[in-house]
Amino acid sequence: MSQPEYNPAELLICLAARLMEDGATAFIGTGIPMLAASLAQRMQAPRLVPVFEFGGTGAILEKLPLAVGDMRTFHKGLVASGICDIMETAQRGFVEYGFLGGAQIDRYGNLNSTVIGPHETPKVRLPGSGGANDVGSSCWRTIAIMRHGKQRFVETCDFVTTPGYLTGPGARERAGLPAGSGPYRVVSNLGVMGYDEDTKEMTLLSVNPGVTVEQVLDETGFPMRVAPRVDANPPPTAEELRILREQIDPDRLYI
Amino acid sequence: MTHGHPTPPGSLEVLAQGIKPLIQPIDLEGFRAHNRSKPKSLVDKLMTEQEAIGRFLHENDYLGIELYGTCRCPMSLTREVVRQRVGRLRLAGQGVHEADVLLAAGLVEELDFTYIGLEVFGVSPAARRAIEGGGVKNVVEWSNGALSWRFKAAAMGVPFLPSRSMLGTDTLAWSSAKVVRCPFTDQPIALLPALVLDVGLIHVHRADRYGNCQIDGISGFAAEMARASKRLIVSAEEIVDTDTVIRAQPDRTIIPYYLVDAVVHAPYGSHPGEMPGLYERDAEEYKRFLDLVRTEEGMRTFLDETIHSVPDHAGYLARFGHERLAALDVRRPA
Repeated sequence: MSQPEYNPAELLICLAARLMEDGATAFIGTGIPMLAASLAQRMQAPRLVPVFEFGGTGAILEKLPLAVGDMRTFHKGLVASGICDIMETAQRGFVEYGFLGGAQIDRYGNLNSTVIGPHETPKVRLPGSGGANDVGSSCWRTIAIMRHGKQRFVETCDFVTTPGYLTGPGARERAGLPAGSGPYRVVSNLGVMGYDEDTKEMTLLSVNPGVTVEQVLDETGFPMRVAPRVDANPPPTAEELRILREQIDPDRLYI
Repeated sequence: MTHGHPTPPGSLEVLAQGIKPLIQPIDLEGFRAHNRSKPKSLVDKLMTEQEAIGRFLHENDYLGIELYGTCRCPMSLTREVVRQRVGRLRLAGQGVHEADVLLAAGLVEELDFTYIGLEVFGVSPAARRAIEGGGVKNVVEWSNGALSWRFKAAAMGVPFLPSRSMLGTDTLAWSSAKVVRCPFTDQPIALLPALVLDVGLIHVHRADRYGNCQIDGISGFAAEMARASKRLIVSAEEIVDTDTVIRAQPDRTIIPYYLVDAVVHAPYGSHPGEMPGLYERDAEEYKRFLDLVRTEEGMRTFLDETIHSVPDHAGYLARFGHERLAALDVRRPA
């Protein structure tokens, strides 16, 4: 069978969905993480426990939520509580994965979703932290979903909204953030990155179909480390695309 | 971030602090005295949006609104704030649509900010114009967790809560939080100052005329914000009987009557947003807002057509008609 056509959003969703582990808790934000969680529940992770910041835990994502506080975030859910309960649950160490996005990311996985330019005279005002700072502080392993480009993968974020590894090894712990937590993966339209165990620097692990290592490095605004063996990510399967298009986002809000 | 000087033994060492002064100073004794003065007996508080906003919200007040996105938003109350042009407000920006409407109307001067995007639809043009253009004079950054815990601190009647959010980031540097060395663990911990609201607005599924409220589904930060508000206005989809509904299930009272100053009957009070278990978002009307709010002229058209030219919530609903609203009902047979 020939490989079906797909768009960049569909690829990002499939890559993110494949990272979701069956039976794990995952803090889900607006947009691609919602679609990815819904796809994962229908593929390899039927027992994935989505956690939404305004109180939904364990929803079955039959209908795509449009916001992190809407009624689909606790559709057939196990718990409908409130934001303090959810954030405190993450702070106590119950939430394994956290999905994040942003306008800028640096080599240590610090994220900016607040402002481009100076804070008091912004060039572009962005939506702000929302729950991102809490997710990046408290979840054990965070996964950032980003579009690649030199303007996005930057040497220094204009504003650190959400903590990654801050200034490098040991910096999170020195700042008082929970030990052993922090950035785990970055999923982009060019590839999937992890972080070097010793230096905590972003490291290219695998490239997307048709993408070369050089291309990723060219599109990155800091010197990206490259894993000794760079894998190739399989493209979205016909089954993944069918579920996405027919069941998850038939109105094509995202894809 | 600034680093503290060595401090004498016995005092907390401040390791870092945000550069922004508190928009709302912490006055716990004033809060206690105010709460003492509120009636503890059952008093009929049923009134209209017009009366509630007119009596309890004043220029320059610090205002908080629950919930989030377009979900369970007290929109009939928000529209009345715009209609009465109560300006120079200080606002806790943890909502989306309602905060956006207030920003669009130019009523907000200072903002404790967590998130104002339009979720799926990206960054709000109204918020962006208000902040980038300098209409909002002061923006103080927080995370959603931090702002909720600030309400919780106020709800507990204490000056701050410790938290492991915000640490090490510019979010903290542009907030009013402080980082201290914990006297028990010796580790850095963020202290989030209590946020007592002058006025809180919350939309609920049902309330009695005294202010006892029930919410179905997720409760967001309703419990905490209600308890952090000096004056609390609730709007409810349904006004229910105290004896047969409230007293039959007192465990479901998430907001007790003594917190509440005004109860407003507002069916479809979250429109064009949604209400869990009752009705869906009105996608068509929300899209009209999104299209219009892109330009300043469009925004004025929206405010005129939707709010200023309509006398009250009943008039607002009449613009849409029963059939259109009934089609949003999620309880309808498939």
